[in-house]
This record gives sequence, structure tokens and C-alpha cells, in this order.
Amino acid sequence: MSAIQRNMSLTGEPPKSINTLQKIATLIGLSGLVIILLAGFNLEFPNKPLWLWVALFAITAGIVLFAKGAYANKHEGIKNDGIWFKSITSRGYLAWVTGILLTSFYIVLYFFPQFLGLNEKGDNTGIISFFDPLSKMLSGNPASQWFVYGTLYTVAIFSFGIKFIWKYRNNRYEKIRTISVMFFQTAFAFLIPEFMARMNSDSFNLPYYDLKNIWPLNYYNFEQYRVDSFISSGDVGIGLLIFGVISIFVITPILTYKYGKRWYCSWVCGCGGLAETAGDSFRQLSDKSESAWKIERWVIHSVLVFVVVMTTAVISTYLGYDSEKYWLTKDIFLIGVAVFLTVLFAGIWFFKREELKKDARYGAIGYLVIILALMGMHFTTGKTLFLFEAETLRQSYGFLIGAIFSGVIGTGFYPIFGSRVWCRFGCPMAAVLGMQQRLFSKFRITTNGGQCISCGNCSTYCEMGIDVRAYAQKGENIVRSSCVGCGICSAVCPRGVLKLENGPLEGRIKGNDILLGNDVNLMEYVNN
Amino acid sequence: MEHIVIIGNGIAGVTAARHIRKLSDKKITIISAEADHFFSRTALMYVYMGHMRWRDIEPYEKGFWKKNRLELKKGLVKNVDTASKTLQFSEADSMNYDKLIIACGSVTNTFGWEGLDLNGVGGMVSKQDLEDIEKFAPNNKECPNAVIVGGGLIGVELAEMLRTRNIHVTMLVRENAFWTNALPAGEAEMLSRHIQSHGVHLRHETNLDKIIGDENGNVKGVILKEGQEEIPCKFVGITTGVKPNIQFLKDSGIDTDRGILVNRKLETNVEDVFAIGDCAQQRQTIGNRAPVEAVWYTGRMMGEALAQTICGKSFEYNPGHWFNSAKFFDIEYQTYGWVQPKDRRKDSEAQFHWKCTSDQRCITVSYHKETGEFLGINTFGIRMKHEVMDQWLNEKRSIDFVIENLKQANFDPEFYKKYESEILSEFKQNQPITT
Ligand SMILES: Cc1cc2nc3c(=O)[nH]c(=O)nc-3n(C[C@H](O)[C@H](O)[C@H](O)COP(=O)(O)OP(=O)(O)OC[C@H]3O[C@@H](n4cnc5c(N)ncnc54)[C@H](O)[C@@H]3O)c2cc1C
Ligand code: SF4
Ligand code: SF4
Repeated sequence: MSAIQRNMSLTGEPPKSINTLQKIATLIGLSGLVIILLAGFNLEFPNKPLWLWVALFAITAGIVLFAKGAYANKHEGIKNDGIWFKSITSRGYLAWVTGILLTSFYIVLYFFPQFLGLNEKGDNTGIISFFDPLSKMLSGNPASQWFVYGTLYTVAIFSFGIKFIWKYRNNRYEKIRTISVMFFQTAFAFLIPEFMARMNSDSFNLPYYDLKNIWPLNYYNFEQYRVDSFISSGDVGIGLLIFGVISIFVITPILTYKYGKRWYCSWVCGCGGLAETAGDSFRQLSDKSESAWKIERWVIHSVLVFVVVMTTAVISTYLGYDSEKYWLTKDIFLIGVAVFLTVLFAGIWFFKREELKKDARYGAIGYLVIILALMGMHFTTGKTLFLFEAETLRQSYGFLIGAIFSGVIGTGFYPIFGSRVWCRFGCPMAAVLGMQQRLFSKFRITTNGGQCISCGNCSTYCEMGIDVRAYAQKGENIVRSSCVGCGICSAVCPRGVLKLENGPLEGRIKGNDILLGNDVNLMEYVNN
Repeated sequence: MEHIVIIGNGIAGVTAARHIRKLSDKKITIISAEADHFFSRTALMYVYMGHMRWRDIEPYEKGFWKKNRLELKKGLVKNVDTASKTLQFSEADSMNYDKLIIACGSVTNTFGWEGLDLNGVGGMVSKQDLEDIEKFAPNNKECPNAVIVGGGLIGVELAEMLRTRNIHVTMLVRENAFWTNALPAGEAEMLSRHIQSHGVHLRHETNLDKIIGDENGNVKGVILKEGQEEIPCKFVGITTGVKPNIQFLKDSGIDTDRGILVNRKLETNVEDVFAIGDCAQQRQTIGNRAPVEAVWYTGRMMGEALAQTICGKSFEYNPGHWFNSAKFFDIEYQTYGWVQPKDRRKDSEAQFHWKCTSDQRCITVSYHKETGEFLGINTFGIRMKHEVMDQWLNEKRSIDFVIENLKQANFDPEFYKKYESEILSEFKQNQPITT
């Protein structure tokens, strides 16, 4: 409605306004950030470790207190009042300011880490050195820009996780899922790799490894320096390398078959974790249009093809030609990849052609042809792989996808495009899981007979931009490759229409265009 | 090409149009004076509360209408001339039809109180109503107090809306608990407590006498019948039900009573004129159903049935088991079959009632006293599977079977606490087993 004005969320009337506790909380949280910022100006704090703890604690406390102010005195239930009136959550002024600040942070982090205090030669200064005490405590090494980022990331998931749990405290699925995400971030992404680094010595040199970060999300996992260090670290290293391979080829398919891609995307993954916690206030900003869906399918699968080509190229550059030295030569590897992809596609084509919609089918064939053609060219022309240098491919992937897409756009633009832009349009892991979820999984969202009133809450709050209502109002199950199983559509539905379920494959995708409640004979007639 | 004209772009009219399009190539025109595109009337509240924008409550993208060749006409039909098959609009233009579907919905029902025409008095049914609420009750500075007359589904939604802006709400309810003309006492009382816990001043057994205004024609308060007490307020919401919106049909020759009278094929007394949705009144009552059913689902089902008839395969409107749902602040409600309130209960109907200690959840199962046949269930705070309930009603299961197998019908999200065993043990303790 036109009469609605978007005010800055710090002023105005309820539900736009914030209460005193929230104002104090904002102050505390911002003061934590200011301390870190001051460190960036090389302000010499008298007692650095203490100030670091004060800063991190202030940020956490600020967020948690803000949540307390927002939810503690309210009933359990859905808390979306005023979402489209508040500046920060409806692409208002505060949203743009936040978006610009976040994006700038990512640009500095990826491309100008010297501003954070990174020194090529000598000790780090500024913000990075401010985090030294914590880093030394955990791994024994001085901090890097990635350690700073990891710490802030973990603080964000942890404290916004508490906010999320408070907000959805009526919903056990949401609570348990969020505890899981907080756990995996803190333990697997943050602490364990630091402890692993502590074990390193001259003879034992594990690379930084977040065990839950699976290739192809972790696109650099099989690069030469990492594989070398895995191999040089003896049995543990080899074990980790093997774990890296089976996590995508064995563990992932099994879990996705049983539970859908949600086991990863909204229970384990760090990117998903940040989107679900810190990004929760922005989930309604995702684009629900059909055209966005179309773009999504092309972009995400292109990224997947890119990462497959890139990884294949990178691995094949460090494999030798001589099978006497090591059984896995470049040629065997390339032929192996080609055979694997062909068998995979042939299998899908043969068993699941019904489920694949027309353009998905053409897309899949197109991509397969491209990959095979590139490999064919390698064998016929020899020399450089795939027309490009593997190193060029690797660098452009790291730059375009790893930095710009997942970081700058994916997270920096939370307040503008919504929280799951990366997960929806960019993440190759999501593409793999999604394909499987659509074709070979027990997971679906069922709709409850004829109860839908087409209100639109489900679609509005789906962070993946799925038009859930379009299915619900037809009584159709929702089986979409992009659904991360966050469960929010089910939570916000005021009529109890949606349920996330794992069930038999039979009848999972049904296209009945009529709902329960009407004359049985009529329904039968319409369906046939 | 046959021209099908539909008055009303609500759920009934749009469902009929969609299904006719699926079955045929006929020319279809949908008329509405209210909004450019179909929107979900049931979601009006969420726009005021800031959960959704207007465009979010429109179920179809803008391109949908063109793609399906559904022509849209914005205009108010003033008169229907059935002899020449012509509609006259208030803008003085007109339109011919071959078949006319009237799906013109409802308007607020009032009881002719004094002061209804003051600024700041209105219902909560249409887009214009919503705009008025936004105008007269924009925040608690301009509107510190509001009064809602009537405690039903729309009344509680309006209360929830106003509470999100911290406006003090007094709700006048004739009965001794919320919505007792539809709910058994235990449920109604639980809801009354819940509504009060949200800061609504719920005044039971209270009746409106008149609404009073100031010299500028703005509302300044209401006077109660009880002791002529005055409650000052800047906004009065009238939510004492809805009635079919059939004023414009007065001289059309189409038979009306409370609504437009139709037979089971949804035909009116005039050939080629049909009526569906909120505005239709069944000449012949169907089971326990009211002759005028102002709910979303029945509008949809009438639309589905009529589309077949219009496209040559004649179907009667023959709805399955009654079902409905609502949400009262934080408590979700679903119902399947019939669970009657005290006034309407037949002697043969018995009820088993269970309430959770949290006072946020309860169920009532009704059954036949002698045969034990399952007649219906109300659930609050527990989601049930429509399909299972429908099947049990079809199979005429016994109350014992239903309570023992309640788990099968549970539709709550994963990991939710389950209450079935608690319910079962209470049933076993307190209920005489009837077979
Ligand atoms: C606030 C609210 C909440 C509700 N919640 C629920 C719920 O939770 N569950 C449920 O089952 N039901 C609910 N209902 C009832 C449900 O919305 C209605 O039953 C349903 O929308 C009726 O649909 P319809 O197509 O018959 O008519 P409507 O949706 O009323 O559409 C009729 C349209 O015709 C137009 N029209 C009328 N006369 C003319 C004319 N002369 N010329 C041109 N246009 C005309 C009107 O402007 C209107 O746009 C709710 C209703 C309201 C108001
Ligand atoms: S469809 Fe539902 S569960 Fe899936 S991503 Fe969207 S909101 Fe989450
Ligand atoms: S939120 Fe529920 S009732 Fe509303 S459109 Fe979605 S499924 Fe239907």
C-alpha cells in the first residue's frame, strides 16, 4: 500500500520502533566493532588480549541483548511484524548502508588485506595483529586475515544463532537445526582446523581443512599443494584426502537420499549457517519470479560445469604421464572423469527422464557435450589442457566465484538481494545436492489436503525464492532442487499446510491439479 | 466464440476462470471494482502488519492473466439486464455476455447502529477497508484506542493487526466467551484467555448501543448498551459477520434471498446466469452446511464444479466433508467434520475434550453417543492431516479408533512434541467407551 512509509528502524512507531533494551544493545554491539576498527588504525591498546575479548564479547552481547529486547517479552510464535516497514529489512536506507559496508569489508578482505594489517614481510599489524592473542592460543601461530574473518564469522553465526532460536522458539525443528549449524561452525570450521595446525611440524604438515567443507564448495581441496601436504603427512593425511573424496562421492549421496539436501545446506554448511542466522532478517528479499528461477538454473549449473572443468584441469596438471611411477596418470584420470560423467548422465537420462523438465534436459546434454568436447580436444591436440591454462582457470574461478560471487555479492548484498543469493545462484555443491534431491531423494514438502488459503506467507519467507504457494494452492508436493529444507515456509504458514518429510519415492512428485475437499467424482474426472 | 463474463475476481471467480480456460477456448472476462488483480482476501491482515506487501498477497504473477487469455476489466457493475444479456457499469459503459457467473462476494454485515457513517468506522473485508484502517489507525499516536464490535474470525484478525501497532484494543463480544456460536465452551474459553494475554481488552456479554462522533464527523467513541458506558476511541471495527454483496441485482430479475438463490448446479432462476462463492445461497441445504457459506474453500470448490458444467460436463456442487482452519494470534485451528457448539448440538452428539496444561493446545472430538461414530474434530495448536481425517470420516470410524490412531493424522513439523499418548490416556480415564 502506498500509505506505508519506511522509516529508519531506530525511530518511528511500533512495529517499526525499537525499545530501550534494543537501543542499549545496539550501542554495546557497535562499541565492539569500533574497538576492532580502532585496532585497524594501529591504536596501541595497553592490554591487547583483554581488549580483543572485550570487543568480541561486546559484539556477541549486543546481538544477544538485541534479540532479548525483541523477543523475550513476546509470546512464542511468528515474529514478522513490521518486516516490510523497517528500513533495514525492506531495502531501505539502513539496508543500503549495511550492504555497502559489508561489501566493502569483503573487497578489503579479498583484495586489499594490507588495509587489515597484512604485511608481506615482517609481522602483521592493525586488525590482524589485534587477533594474534586468540590465534596463538588456538593454533600457536599469529593471526592471518582469514583467521580474523573466521573468528568474526563464527561470532556472527553463534550470536545470531541465539537470536534465531529466540525468534523461533516455538519450533523445535528450527531450534535443533540451528544448534547443529552453530556446532559445526564453531567446532569444524573454526576450532578443529586451528588445532590441526597446532599438530603440524616439519614432517607433518596438514593443510587448513574444514572437514565439513566438501568439494566442490571447497573448490581448492584437490589442488597440488594440498594433496602434497596430505600425502606428506602420512596415514592421517591420506585418511583426510580419502575422506575428502568419499564425502562427495559416498557420504553426500547417502545422506541426501535419506534427508534431502537440507542435511548439508541448513544443518551443516557454514555459508548456509550464516545465511540462516545473520541472514534471517533478509530472507524475504529473495526474488520469487519465474524469470529469476530460470536464471538460477542456468547460472548455478554453469558454475558447476566451471568447477568440474577447473578441478579436472588442475588435477591433471600435476599428474604425470608415466604409469610406471604412479598408476594414476593424467590420461587415465581424464578418461576416468569422462567415463564417470557419461555413465552418470546416461543413468539419469535412462531412469529419470520423466522428472527432468525440458530445458533441464537440454541443459544437461549441452553441458555434457561441452565437457566431453574439451577433453576430446585435449587428446587430439595435446599440450595445453582445455584450451586454457589450468592455472588461469583456477585463478579466474577463485576470483570470480570464490571471492566475488560467494563473498562480495553473496554475503555483502544480504540486505539487498536476500540471504541465500550464493546458495541459490552460485554454489556448485548446492547444484550437485539439488540435482540429487530432485531425482533421487526421499525428501519432499507435503501439502495438507485443501487447507491452503493462498496467503503467500510461505513464498514470501522462502529464502530460496521458491514460489511455495504455487504448489500449495494446487495441493502439489514441493520437490525443488533448490529447497534447502530450512522449514520456514512450514513455520510461517498460518493454516498448517506444509510439512517437510522424508517418505517413499513412490508418488513423491504428483501433479494433481485439484485439491481435497470437493466432490470425489468431480476430482476423479478432472484428474483423468 | 462464447463469451463468459465473471463478476468478481475473488477465489470463486478466478478458480472458475482458470478451470474453464483449461477445458476450453472460450472468451473469458473477469470484472472487479476492487483491485486490478486477484489477491488473497484471507491475507489482508498481513499487509497491515508488515509481513507482506500488497504484491505478495497476489497469488499469480502479472503475466499470468495474459498468458492464459483471461481478460480483466476494472469497473463496478451497476445493473444486470438479463433480457438483453448486458451488464451496465457505473462508468456508463456496458458489456455483453453469453454466460454470466456472479461471484461478487460479501460485504460487512451491520446492525444499523447509529454512527456507522462516521469517519473511522469500518469493516475489514475489502482492499478499501484495509486502506481506511491504515488511514484511521496508522499508529498509536493518532489512534491510541480502537474498539472492535463482534468476536469472530475477522474480529480477532483485526485485533491482532491493531496490536502490532500497539493500539489499545477493546473487543465487544455478545457472548460469554470468544466465538461461542461456533466453538464448544472449553475451546472458546481457552481462546478468550489467549486473546486477553495479547493485551486485548475482551469485554464479554457486552453490546454496542451507538457510535458517537465529534463535530468534524470523526468517531470519538462508542456507547455500550450496558449502563450507557462510553469507551473513547479513534477507530471502530465492525466485524459482526458478512453478508452477500447483492444490492446491484435488485432489478435484475435474479432471485435472491440473503444471497443469490442457486440450485445444486449453481444455476440461478435465469438461464445462463450462475452464482458461486460467498454470494451464493443454496436453495436446498447440503448436510449440516449453512445455505450461505462464506469461506475460501467453498468458493474454490464451487468454481471447480461450475467450470465443468459450463464446459459441457454437468456437475452438481457436491462438497465433501466440511473442513476449515484459522489462526487466533499464535494458536492455529483446524476442523474436520462437525463439532457443534452447545446451542447447535443434537442430543445424539457427545464430545471428548482434551486440553494441554500449557493452555495453548486442545482438541475436541465429537461422536455419536450410541454408535460411537466419529463425527468431527477441532484441533488447536496441533496440525492434522486433512487426508487422514477425510478418510476416517468416509469410513465412519469409531471414536476409539480415532483416538488410538491419532498419531497417523499428525501433521506437526518434525521433532515437535507429540501429545497423542497423553490424549489417549485421558480418553481412557474419563470417557465411557461406547461402541
Ligand atoms: C479478513 C478476512 C479473513 C478471512 N479469512 C478466511 C480464512 O482464513 N479461511 C476461509 O476459508 N475464509 C476466510 N475468509 C473468507 C474468504 O475470504 C471469502 O469466503 C472468499 O474470499 C470469498 O471469495 P469470493 O470469490 O466468493 O468473493 P470475493 O473474494 O469477495 O470477491 C468478490 C469480488 O467481486 C467484486 N464485486 C462485487 N460486486 C461487484 C460489482 N457489482 N461490480 C464489480 N465487481 C464487484 C468485489 O469487489 C470483489 O473483488 C476471510 C475473509 C476476510 C474478509
Ligand atoms: S521451500 Fe520452504 S523449506 Fe525449502 S527453502 Fe523454501 S522456505 Fe525453506
Ligand atoms: S503460507 Fe500456507 S496457507 Fe499461505 S499460501 Fe503458503 S501454504 Fe498456503
